Amino acid sequence: MYPTANHKNDQPILNVSHLTFRYNGRDALENITFQLHEGERIAIVGPNGAGKSTLIKVIAGVLQPTSGEVNIYGTRPDRHVCIGYIPQRNQVDWHFPLSVADVVMMGRSAKLGPFNFPRKRDWEVVHHALETVELTNLAERQIGQLSGGQQQRMFIARALAQEAALMLMDEPLTGLDAPSQEGILNLLDRLKSEKATVMVATHDLDQAATHFDRIMLLNHRLVAFGNPADVLHTDNLLNAFGGRLKPVDGQSVLNIDDCCDDGERP
Amino acid sequence: MSFLLEPLSYAFMQRGMIAALLVGIVCAVVGTYVVLRGMAFFGDALAHTILPGIALGYLISGGERDVLFWWALGTAVAASLGIGAISRNSQIKEDTSIGVVFAGMFALGIALISTVRDYAVDLSHFLFGDILTVTPHSLWLIAIFGGIVLLAVFAFYKEFTTISFDPILAATLRLPVGLLNNLFLILVAVTVAVSLQTVGVALMVAMLVTPAATAYLLTQRLSRMMLLAAVFASLSGIIGLYLSFHLNIASGAAIVLTATVFFLAAFIWKRTRNT
Repeated sequence: MYPTANHKNDQPILNVSHLTFRYNGRDALENITFQLHEGERIAIVGPNGAGKSTLIKVIAGVLQPTSGEVNIYGTRPDRHVCIGYIPQRNQVDWHFPLSVADVVMMGRSAKLGPFNFPRKRDWEVVHHALETVELTNLAERQIGQLSGGQQQRMFIARALAQEAALMLMDEPLTGLDAPSQEGILNLLDRLKSEKATVMVATHDLDQAATHFDRIMLLNHRLVAFGNPADVLHTDNLLNAFGGRLKPVDGQSVLNIDDCCDDGERP
Repeated sequence: MSFLLEPLSYAFMQRGMIAALLVGIVCAVVGTYVVLRGMAFFGDALAHTILPGIALGYLISGGERDVLFWWALGTAVAASLGIGAISRNSQIKEDTSIGVVFAGMFALGIALISTVRDYAVDLSHFLFGDILTVTPHSLWLIAIFGGIVLLAVFAFYKEFTTISFDPILAATLRLPVGLLNNLFLILVAVTVAVSLQTVGVALMVAMLVTPAATAYLLTQRLSRMMLLAAVFASLSGIIGLYLSFHLNIASGAAIVLTATVFFLAAFIWKRTRNT
């Protein structure tokens, strides 16, 4: 078997304390401390380059923190196989000759261990995961033939097949049309019954406020973390987004000038 | 009928056919991952980098062919892990540093061989292969080491597929990614050593990528891609040898040209179908 860590049940699913990650001589993440509880759904919000992807990769145990600690159920993440990482869609080779079911089955690799091929039970898990995300009828399609929303759902199914306790999703809604975004958000709502803890990076404040239990504002450091109502204040948002923010009609709900890609400033 | 049967009446042609089949299958299966991972240049560089090793073996053994396999194998494994390390730790761009190393090593190989009088004939054997001189002994070596490569790909099929498609997933599943990557580099190295006599170092990359690329155009399933690639590679080997026999052209070149024709046919077929 590949290495796996035991879960200490008296420990939170995720405990991040004084996490710093240096990259190319500067702090991509600076002294970050927070905890997640089982079943919570968290949105990480911040401008592009704020360190959202880096934070997700450090929590996944793919990158090692420069200092500070990350613990999953009390132990370091890099031996846990209960963390489902869902990549940004543009980081995937969609021409790879794999079917949807093949990709979902990949989530079982760790459970299977070396030299073993999928057994009946593994296929059952995969089919159940595909059913949950409503992709059963597309199981045999090549992955490049799916729409953006379907591709995202396929990765969620893969995390389900992995039996992930913590799902980390890097910008799952970016580049999707509105109905597909709704589809993903509804799916996340349904996953609540599966007790999965979900952490989603996004730059859509509106969706963050309506679909998630807590919001984390991130801009290299933790600007704020808490209930949407407590977090979404002008001061916090200005701290997180800097000059990129403009108030709408003087109301407390604010619009982010959402163009962090081209560096355009209002 | 004699067109097909006459060549087979020669023992060296029979051995050549078997060698071409075995090498074709092994190259196609490993080549499938080489194509999917975008490692064609690595394969080309690796093949060229082993020339000084072969040259050294050739000088030391005084031209004995059968021991050259071991020199090729040793150099290939060392070179593949070396190039792998370079591409991970390079200060300059990966392809540039690989290019510098491979051209330098290739030149060293040529320099070594050129110390022998009348070296041109031997050099051309290493560069372009000479499948018709395969001895029963080296046929056994090809079968055994080729078999080991195929077994390893079969055993680690899901791991190799996962690290090729999604390295971050592989890392979160705690697969030993570094170890698997190095194992894959070693498999490419063994494949190169096994194929040396068939196509030589200069045309090696064609055996690694052309049949796999042809298959890639025609299917959207990994296992089928491997199977189709193996079929194209075997056919290329056999058709190429017949062409070589009847038209009196170099065997390695004939095999690679046949594989290229398959690729072009698949490419054009795909084009006309899509428009």
